[in-house]
Amino acid sequence: MSRIRGGHNFYQIRLSDQKISASREMLDILLALDLNTIETHRKSVKDGGFILYDSEIAKKKFEEPEFIDIPFRKMALDVGKNSVMANTVATGAALGILSIGLEALKNILRETFERKGNEIVQNNIACAEAGYNYAVKNCPRCENFGIREPEYKRLMLITGLQTIGMGAIMSGCKFYSAYPMSPSTGIMEYFASRAEEYNLVVEQAEDEIAAINMAIGASFAGVRAMTGTSGGGFALMVEGLSLTGMTETPLVIAEMQRPGPATGFPTRTEQGDLLFILHAGHGEFPRVIFEPGTPKQAFYLTNRAFELAEKYQIPVFIQSDQYLAESEWTFENLDLENLIYNDYRMREEDLKGIEDYKRYKYSSTGISLLAIPGEAGKHLVVADSDEHDEEGHIVEDSETRIKMVQKRLLNKLPLVKKEIEAPLLYGDSSPKIVIVGHGSTYGVIKEVIDTISKDKKVAMLHFSQIYPLSERDRFDYIGLLENADLTICIENNATGQFAKLIRAETGFEFSHQISKYDGRPFTIENLKEELHAYI
Amino acid sequence: MPTSEDYKGQVPAWCPGCGNFQILSTIKQALIELGIEPWEVLVVSGIGQAGKLPHYINCHTFNGLHGRTLPVATAAKLANHSLHIIAVAGDGDCYGEGGNHFLHAIRRNPNISLLVHNNQVYGLTKGQASPTTAEGTYTTIQPYGVLQESMNPLAMAISQNCSFVARGFAGDQEHLKELMKAAITHKGFALLDILQPCVTFNKINTFKWYRDRVYKLGNDYDPSNQVKAFEKSLEWGDKIPNGIFYKHERDIFEERVPAIQEKPLVRQKFSIEEVKHEIEKFY
Repeated sequence: MSRIRGGHNFYQIRLSDQKISASREMLDILLALDLNTIETHRKSVKDGGFILYDSEIAKKKFEEPEFIDIPFRKMALDVGKNSVMANTVATGAALGILSIGLEALKNILRETFERKGNEIVQNNIACAEAGYNYAVKNCPRCENFGIREPEYKRLMLITGLQTIGMGAIMSGCKFYSAYPMSPSTGIMEYFASRAEEYNLVVEQAEDEIAAINMAIGASFAGVRAMTGTSGGGFALMVEGLSLTGMTETPLVIAEMQRPGPATGFPTRTEQGDLLFILHAGHGEFPRVIFEPGTPKQAFYLTNRAFELAEKYQIPVFIQSDQYLAESEWTFENLDLENLIYNDYRMREEDLKGIEDYKRYKYSSTGISLLAIPGEAGKHLVVADSDEHDEEGHIVEDSETRIKMVQKRLLNKLPLVKKEIEAPLLYGDSSPKIVIVGHGSTYGVIKEVIDTISKDKKVAMLHFSQIYPLSERDRFDYIGLLENADLTICIENNATGQFAKLIRAETGFEFSHQISKYDGRPFTIENLKEELHAYI
Repeated sequence: MPTSEDYKGQVPAWCPGCGNFQILSTIKQALIELGIEPWEVLVVSGIGQAGKLPHYINCHTFNGLHGRTLPVATAAKLANHSLHIIAVAGDGDCYGEGGNHFLHAIRRNPNISLLVHNNQVYGLTKGQASPTTAEGTYTTIQPYGVLQESMNPLAMAISQNCSFVARGFAGDQEHLKELMKAAITHKGFALLDILQPCVTFNKINTFKWYRDRVYKLGNDYDPSNQVKAFEKSLEWGDKIPNGIFYKHERDIFEERVPAIQEKPLVRQKFSIEEVKHEIEKFY
């Protein structure tokens, strides 16, 4: 949840020595820096959990046993000489409660405040120590939560937005144009922060219409390009999307969903744009939609998006949501070994022997040579948003129209479909209960499956490559669903859009659907509770 | 040197007598005289009668969406600034649908030229009012006459410090050619508004109507003064001045983008190996 400086703001952290992949509803420790936080989140604190607060800041004293009153502000003033360091005191106190050492925190304080000078660094470290020592000495009820001092394994800490940005840069993307919109802006920020190091052009457009048309212009001119936005901004990009379809200009578009309609919940999450993205754009043209289940998968799929966009000269979407985009996750690594980069652009030397280059030359694959204007010798590159002939010039006749629709759409569709990987099956290999999810629900479904699989034949079927659906010859996932007794589709939207897609594409109808549309992600507890009605 | 044969395109589908024919042949002549080869030029257009122009000239072409000429042209220039890029648009296309992009292209100041075929009417959709149609003009969907004041694109561009602002007349090709050459060779964003009679839908602003009114800015006119230029741009009626209203040089967009100072973006090689270390920053 991100607000700027006004209003209620909070951050939820879940840690474990096991691999975890979802958020929980209930809290072990609530670290409250104001009264509003206590009032809003008190009900989420588990039995036996703690609420660390400062009665001076809250201007209220709580007598219930879960409350631990720690003078964050006073210690910050005494030790750090500045009340703003109350949060550092509080963080130290939380680590004291958890019996986790202060070394990692000290390093973070050094890195964070280095630019503000040594005094600020030392004062913050002193505040962290004060909070820590206070908690160790004065918190009689602080038991061990089973958290051990970490082994300091080398882990990455990264968001979905950053893995998408990194995936793009490692795919040779050199141009990013966008208009700021939560929760997609982090991709543009990431690009801008790397522009100098990797020679990238990042342009903040005057609106989303300009953003997508700029990305198209750069791609037409021979550079791998990308744009990103959220639902409302994507609504403005729709005509441009159709332009990529007609001109066969490769483009990768990131759509980070937030709850709509209209302005909706700008800083909350939802999977409500799936059918919009699927159907966006007038006319018929091919597209691919990926919706990663984790930031790690987002990295891989962004690379794949650039490959498919350029190979087939089509738009490819990375669709995700605020939850996956902005949450920070830890990973041991990302999959660098399987990165691919194939340059499908044609330059003068690639076109040797071709007398008469035609941008939209008919072919059985539907793919025509993608020459770079100005870099292809004397060959001319002509692109048109009107229906056009092989050279790219306006036509009106039905014969050319039919051939062009076959070329850019019908010939490409089966080839694109072959590129799509099968959904992931996790759990029992011939399950009686199948829980189906797509995109960011991956983690929560997986953890829930882990808790119920011992006595039930249950599995998760997770889709991260959601359109087109993969061919069923390698893995008949519809057959698997048909053989199960109970099939439940989990979605972070109100109308079960993915279930509709599956039914439209395959005829299969889920026995049950679970929808969540309060603008919050599924947590382990609420998914378990919802499933309890069926399992 | 390129010849007119090199620039020969498709047969135009414009009404006989349309002012666009003069604009088309003048662009070709200007490019030939500047010694620019067809494969060195990208013409970007939107939709409208003007938007069809790149099909009638033989060079790189991107004929995109209505109003979206400038974002495509600007980004193509960022991707490959070694190309000469000419944006071609109509008055409805550039001043109406694409008005926002027009303002921001002036701010960015990319080294591209914008030729606006200003016929003061919507031709492609058969005769509705455009942003530059005179107030009070009757059309099929403005039965009470146009209720809005017409837009003054030159005044707007000058007010925003556009680095080159000029106006020509399709009926004076020799003068128009000199203005086009000046716009194309100007370093920075160059607006050339072209008075273009529409023989089918605009029965007011005819060739004769313009001929009776246009005059050329003389040698005594100083195009370096923004305030004077703004004042001059307000002159419209019995006398219509044509020529270079305002001209100054300031840094162009491509020179301010660090990534493309050594060579065009499109010529920069990529290898995964060179960027893999990026991941280390997240540990």
